[in-house]
Amino acid sequence: MAEALFEVFRGDRDGGKPAQYRVPIAPGMVVLDALHYIQAHQAPDLAVRWNCKAGKCGSCSAEVNGRPRLTCKTRMDALPLDQPVTVSPMKAFPIIKDLVTDVSWNYRVNKTIPPFEPRPGTQWKFYQEDVDRVQEFRKCIECFLCQNVCHVLREHKQMEQFGGPRFFVRVAALEMHPLDGKSRARLLKDQLGIGLCNITKCCTEVCPEEIHITDNAIIPLKERLVDEFYDPVLMLVRKIRGVKQGPS
Amino acid sequence: MTTEYETHEHDVLIIGAGGAGLRAAIEALAQGARVGVVCKSLLGKAHTVMAEGGIAAAMANVDAADNWRTHFRDTMRGGKLLNNWRMAQLHAQEAPDRVRELEQWGALFDRTADGKILQRPFGGHTFRRLCHVGDRTGLEMIRTLQDRGVQMGIDVYMECTISRLLMDGDRIAGAFGYWREQGRFVVFRAKSVVLATGGIGKAWSITSNSWEYTGDGMALAYDAGAELLDMEFVQFHPTGMVWPPGVKGILVTEAVRGEGGTLRNKSGERFMERYDPKKMELSTRDVVARAIYTEVREGRGTEHGGAYLDISHKPAEYVKKKLPSMYHQFLELADVDITKGPMEVGPTCHYMMGGIRVDAETAQASIPGLFAAGEAAAGLHGANRLGGNSLSDLVVFGRRAGLAAAEHAKKTQAPSLDSGQIEEAAREMLAPFERGDGESPYVIHSALQETMHSLVGIFRNEGDLSRALSELEKLKERAKRVRVEGSRLFNPGWHLARDLKSMLTVSEAVTRSALARQESRGAHSRIDYPGLDAAWGKKNNVIVRAGDAMALQQSPLPEMPGELKQILAEET
Repeated sequence: MAEALFEVFRGDRDGGKPAQYRVPIAPGMVVLDALHYIQAHQAPDLAVRWNCKAGKCGSCSAEVNGRPRLTCKTRMDALPLDQPVTVSPMKAFPIIKDLVTDVSWNYRVNKTIPPFEPRPGTQWKFYQEDVDRVQEFRKCIECFLCQNVCHVLREHKQMEQFGGPRFFVRVAALEMHPLDGKSRARLLKDQLGIGLCNITKCCTEVCPEEIHITDNAIIPLKERLVDEFYDPVLMLVRKIRGVKQGPS
Repeated sequence: MTTEYETHEHDVLIIGAGGAGLRAAIEALAQGARVGVVCKSLLGKAHTVMAEGGIAAAMANVDAADNWRTHFRDTMRGGKLLNNWRMAQLHAQEAPDRVRELEQWGALFDRTADGKILQRPFGGHTFRRLCHVGDRTGLEMIRTLQDRGVQMGIDVYMECTISRLLMDGDRIAGAFGYWREQGRFVVFRAKSVVLATGGIGKAWSITSNSWEYTGDGMALAYDAGAELLDMEFVQFHPTGMVWPPGVKGILVTEAVRGEGGTLRNKSGERFMERYDPKKMELSTRDVVARAIYTEVREGRGTEHGGAYLDISHKPAEYVKKKLPSMYHQFLELADVDITKGPMEVGPTCHYMMGGIRVDAETAQASIPGLFAAGEAAAGLHGANRLGGNSLSDLVVFGRRAGLAAAEHAKKTQAPSLDSGQIEEAAREMLAPFERGDGESPYVIHSALQETMHSLVGIFRNEGDLSRALSELEKLKERAKRVRVEGSRLFNPGWHLARDLKSMLTVSEAVTRSALARQESRGAHSRIDYPGLDAAWGKKNNVIVRAGDAMALQQSPLPEMPGELKQILAEET
């Protein structure tokens, strides 16, 4: 049976280094299978997050040969086996142990986003064409790979000023919900710092759900902010009517 | 030894953060209770996220003739009349409101042409009844509930495992557990505890379930003295992936058949004609699972030991729109384009109909202050669950459990914690580190899975079940000497060592109940007793702890009111 050599990061907050494991390869095997094999046979305390093993829960994110991936969807037969397969934790988040990182920051950002708020007197009737574009955003499995590759977070660690692509997708889903009556424009501009995104599309490329994060979520939201905060005609109208500038 | 631990106080502690746990939390919060939710994984990763096909509710958006009576009848017939009639009634009556509520909280279901929630056909449902979002309905549901709960202010203890329920005399006092991340201990003091821990699939080798589904809630309840009901009824979903080996068991949604998918054997025969000519592929899951299993056993299986499931006669764009995750799953994991050719599928251990015995109205277990909802609870589904009735179960009885738990907390004094129980729980958790020798938990787990798969599977007989019981005794002994390497810091081997104990408890309960029920009904098929038995149709198996031994009793089914009997008698 064919074998692969794995170099899996082992360590915690105080540091660590890759450890080598030999793993027999079966047809159709994915990297997560190999990690389970290592746990069962060589390193029972190897820390790995996983749940569904079918690309639906977004738990098993890691960096395979330097590329951020869901390990449950990374086929061994797509990797060159003449060299070691490296598996490392997501780089943007603080490490807890081995492949497990502290992603709690994401949950804190999520809490700041005002939920769906139906317009007063909503009739609960709407059509498929109204929801198609929102359903794309609702496919997000919160694997946080988009957060992991976004240079604002990965290189510049702007966690305090920037929400990241995952939460632009979430806000886009709320803002474009056909029955939602709340504006999250101020939040996007100030707390979530969408202006820091310079649309390099790294998030879109890495999304396992193939959500067009940049084109369908971030750019329309940026355009909306321009309309709301910087449109000269609207600014004039607001001034005449005495409305406070910009939405809340 | 003095154990170090942190303590948290809540009126209502909910264990499990899938659909049932989150719906319970939302309801208890709405009642003004201080609510804590504990979950083994990160929030939003529970098995609800894997539910694909839809949520069953008689909304009558597509088939105007649908109503709760028909849903009630379908559920009872699917469960071979062993269901708790009151639960089946409440479920059918309340499911539409629970779905509308999800929409009002922001869920976006697929739409009909006139702007309502679209419904699709599913096995055992007379009408098109499953509200859905393509084939990712569970994801939509868990995100909706998660966001609602978080905004209402639930405290969520993520990656935290409960290993013991704490008692104050005969009533519940809270729970003891550990943080998976650092391995530190934690104690929750609570007036009410809701178990919403899901199923037990990880005790079988081929399963659609994730690592979390180790029967924790049922085992915790059993240890605390609560009753378990209908434990012999384990659902094997007819369609799991069979190839390649690494993905064996991963779910292939029933929505493939709901959308018109056909099942064929290796000679191209549409074999369901021989098993259920009326309902064909949309027969109930027990029937379809046995059919596929039989085809394979009798030599008519596919190359990798399954059946062909084909949807490629539908337009490719339609398939990608209605079954997007199936399309990607097969393309990426099995190199099969389902718009062009068939999938290979076979049965996979999927769902537990049995579980904690609860009161139909309040979801309270046989211990005051202890509640259970969702897959962890028993009663609604009887001997076999219909597809789509699980997601509706979660929200109907999750809400009821949260409501009753909050009400119980309002009229109850704060319980006192017993340091003896806490010390004992801590000792139990630490023991595997202190053994110099002993087996790896992975080895014992693998042996358990093989035992359950080969001896307590789809078809059962007395010889296999008796052998399974003696194997389980040996496994229990081996598990007492399990050894863990490494530290308490995020140590999956240590976590498995504890989960193994729960799996062994529920496996024994399943096997004992299966051995006792000398008939075939729903998901429980005895080769040595192939027919329905009228006497067994009038009673449930009940498991309860008697000292260190497991006791099995029978309990008569509650008497059904005449008006419901009338509904059951009607033809459709």
